[in-house]
Amino acid sequence: MEPILKVTDLSKSFSRAGKNEFFAVDHVSFEVMPGEILGIVGESGSGKSTIAKLITRQIDATTGTIEIDGQDITKLTGRQLIPVYAKVQMVFQTPAGSFDPRRTLGDGICESLRNKGISKVEREAKARGLLEQCGLSSEFLERYPHQVSGGQCQRAAIARALMCDPRILIFDEATSALDVTVQKQIIELLQQLQREKKLAYLFICHNLALVQQFCDKVLVLYDGKIVEYGLPDDVILYPQSEYARRLVDAIF
Amino acid sequence: MNETVTVRVQKVKKNGIKARLIFFLILVAVLLLVTIFADKIVPYDPYAQDLSLSRLPPSASHWMGTDQYGRDVFSRVVVGAQTSVFSTLALVGVISVFGTIVGTLCGYYGGALDSIVMRISDVCLAFPGLVFALAIAALLGGGVSNAVIALAVISWPKYARVARSQTLALKNGPFVSAARLSGSSSMQMILRHILPNIIGPILVTAMLDIGTMMMELAGLSFLGLGAQPPTAEWGNMMSGGRSMLQTYPWLVLSPGFAIFLTVVIFNLLGDTVRDYMDPKNSRAR
Repeated sequence: MEPILKVTDLSKSFSRAGKNEFFAVDHVSFEVMPGEILGIVGESGSGKSTIAKLITRQIDATTGTIEIDGQDITKLTGRQLIPVYAKVQMVFQTPAGSFDPRRTLGDGICESLRNKGISKVEREAKARGLLEQCGLSSEFLERYPHQVSGGQCQRAAIARALMCDPRILIFDEATSALDVTVQKQIIELLQQLQREKKLAYLFICHNLALVQQFCDKVLVLYDGKIVEYGLPDDVILYPQSEYARRLVDAIF
Repeated sequence: MNETVTVRVQKVKKNGIKARLIFFLILVAVLLLVTIFADKIVPYDPYAQDLSLSRLPPSASHWMGTDQYGRDVFSRVVVGAQTSVFSTLALVGVISVFGTIVGTLCGYYGGALDSIVMRISDVCLAFPGLVFALAIAALLGGGVSNAVIALAVISWPKYARVARSQTLALKNGPFVSAARLSGSSSMQMILRHILPNIIGPILVTAMLDIGTMMMELAGLSFLGLGAQPPTAEWGNMMSGGRSMLQTYPWLVLSPGFAIFLTVVIFNLLGDTVRDYMDPKNSRAR
């Protein structure tokens, strides 16, 4: 089986005047198979979010390649990326911030289909269906981001990400801003959606316990480098690197 | 307990701002109506000369007296509003739209375009505005439209700066990223997501700018580079009466008072719009 996401030798560096180059992401390689959940953990500043931005091409890579479903997207620009965004979607860390404050949630959710020229009736019907799957009633289409709670907003963001039937979803600390009970509900929703739609997830997180119960594989990032890559139980029970050992000790 | 008190205080404050906003909007509406229908409501022809009525002091028949050619000053002040107010509004409209477009594009695309435009705007901002406008107006010759062009050339960078900084703050934010991931083109993102979210501060800048621009336009006319005699225009009228300030003060004070009143009304409206748009007051909307 072909991987849905294949990252090879990916790095992002920032040059600093008078100093050495700083690598936010340092020659990282990994793969995600269709239907697989890969967790990325690491402390703040370890390059987790940078990886998410690189894969969604919000920033340009310094070296390496990103392949989505066998297609190299590293050098695509502008309109060439639009078909790519039908395959890869992202859910952001700040639920309310990821919706335009002056537009309804429905506008945000339907935007991808509107850009494809699909009629208002059709796209709203699909949005209603997805909202329901995500546990929200269809009246949320008319609400503004500041009128809903963080958990509701994140469910709407998940619905938005699912609108164009992607193959892989990236969660950039998507549950970090939510309280634990809501977090648990969202995880259950994600598990259910994953079973129904055979989605692959790239789950960026700093909660090792969550990763252990939710992910098929885990990747520990430290200082932009991969220090552990394997099954969650192996990484947590038998950490190889110094940093992973400290990370596990800090939690268990 | 404490929270309800705060909420109530905020609500009262909010209602106060709303009342103030309505009050100043009514004042501006009255001002604009007077301006539009100035020709219909003036008691005398503002251009009719009658030397036998020259330099009459304010009285019941001539509320603001008459000037050296016997023209009714009140009529000239009211009709002068057309030149002053309309050219100011046109000026502010043009520079705010142009500056916003340029600033948004610079902020969004960055790069060489941004550097070049921002250096030009630095030059405009570093120069004393009126001096630069004087040079341009002198080059183009007198006339209201030339004065408007001269001021437009030096005044747009203020809006470009506001629009640029607001765009920079938004363009890497999550909701713009989400729109990009929804397959929106750059134009769609600017029009749908960025412009509607930055229009507030620009509107406030424009409101507060009306007073300044009105004074600068009057200043150019006063110096003989704006409206030309015998056009009734406030700056022009003040210039005409300047030599008689000690003997016939109403010739200067009447148009001066008109400028003062208009500028104050627009400035207070601008302040109120700013308070109204302030996120600290507006969450309850």
